[in-house]
Amino acid sequence: MTEARHERAPGDKPSREMHPSAPSEFLVYTIGLFVAVLLTATSFWAANTTLLWPGGVFLGLAVLAITQMGIHLVFFLHITSGPESTNNVLALAFGVLIVFVVVAGTMWIVADMNANMTMPSGEPMSMRMQH
Amino acid sequence: MNIATAIDSVPLEALPSASEAGPAPKRIVVAYGFWIFLLSDIVMFAALFASYAVLVRSTAGGPSGAQLFNQATVAIETACLLVSSYTCGLMSLAINSRNRVGMYLGAVITFALGAAFLTLEIGEFADMIARGATPQRSAFLSAFFTLVGCHGLHVTLGLIWLIVMMVQASVFGFAARVQHRLLCFSLFWHALDIVWVGVFTVVYLMGVSS
Repeated sequence: MTEARHERAPGDKPSREMHPSAPSEFLVYTIGLFVAVLLTATSFWAANTTLLWPGGVFLGLAVLAITQMGIHLVFFLHITSGPESTNNVLALAFGVLIVFVVVAGTMWIVADMNANMTMPSGEPMSMRMQH
Repeated sequence: MNIATAIDSVPLEALPSASEAGPAPKRIVVAYGFWIFLLSDIVMFAALFASYAVLVRSTAGGPSGAQLFNQATVAIETACLLVSSYTCGLMSLAINSRNRVGMYLGAVITFALGAAFLTLEIGEFADMIARGATPQRSAFLSAFFTLVGCHGLHVTLGLIWLIVMMVQASVFGFAARVQHRLLCFSLFWHALDIVWVGVFTVVYLMGVSS
């Protein structure tokens, strides 16, 4: 149908010429589901267990969530590092950059404002907001 | 036509590079454009996540997340959405291999799981509102309903889109334009599941454990 070597559409399966021994698509989705279920179950366990140090649970949950998002991107959306996927990966990288700037920037700025905003009683703003 | 399969049959050296090849096929252009839209949608969700993270402690004396959230419901919702993402992937496999029965089966299961998710979420919202935890109660609840409600709205739109696509597939068959739209739908559905991973981690699990 096409005579040219084009980029791959996001969500399409990788070309077999790059990976002649690539596993079947059904297997890719099933592995993705299996790993995602494992990560989700770990997240729910980590949030409820008393075995872990509570201070580390927050970080652990964040790591598990980011890992699972990566699993979804690779196994469900077929984002790969192959040359035919460059455009998709570059767009994704830009999106991730903006997401990071928006989330981290907002939390940083507002935390800073909270620390500098003291009430007449001397309590920081965040203390007042809690009750 | 499945482009990925068509490319496979031609040796790599015989192909001109993309810059000499002229415009890309419509399937690639459509899916890439939709990919850009999805990323902008995720940026919007990032803004909602940021406002939620800022307002999560501003309960104004009202109920906090730990008092409101029911983890069992969230676990079932998560399972529904995750499995529906999987069946959506199997549906796109059936479409690529022109398997009509597989496509309808995948669509029905995907729709049922998405509808189950939505029913549980609406029930959860109704329960919270009945207990006085309305969006007007506190900044935390405003942010919660905006973030989770926006995701629920996306799921609703996805379900309507899936019905429309099944009608189009039954009328037009596997026409190229129907296939492009179905590819966009599966991208949309997978992206919603990625957003949900953020929601159940940041809102529910971190809300309950802290």
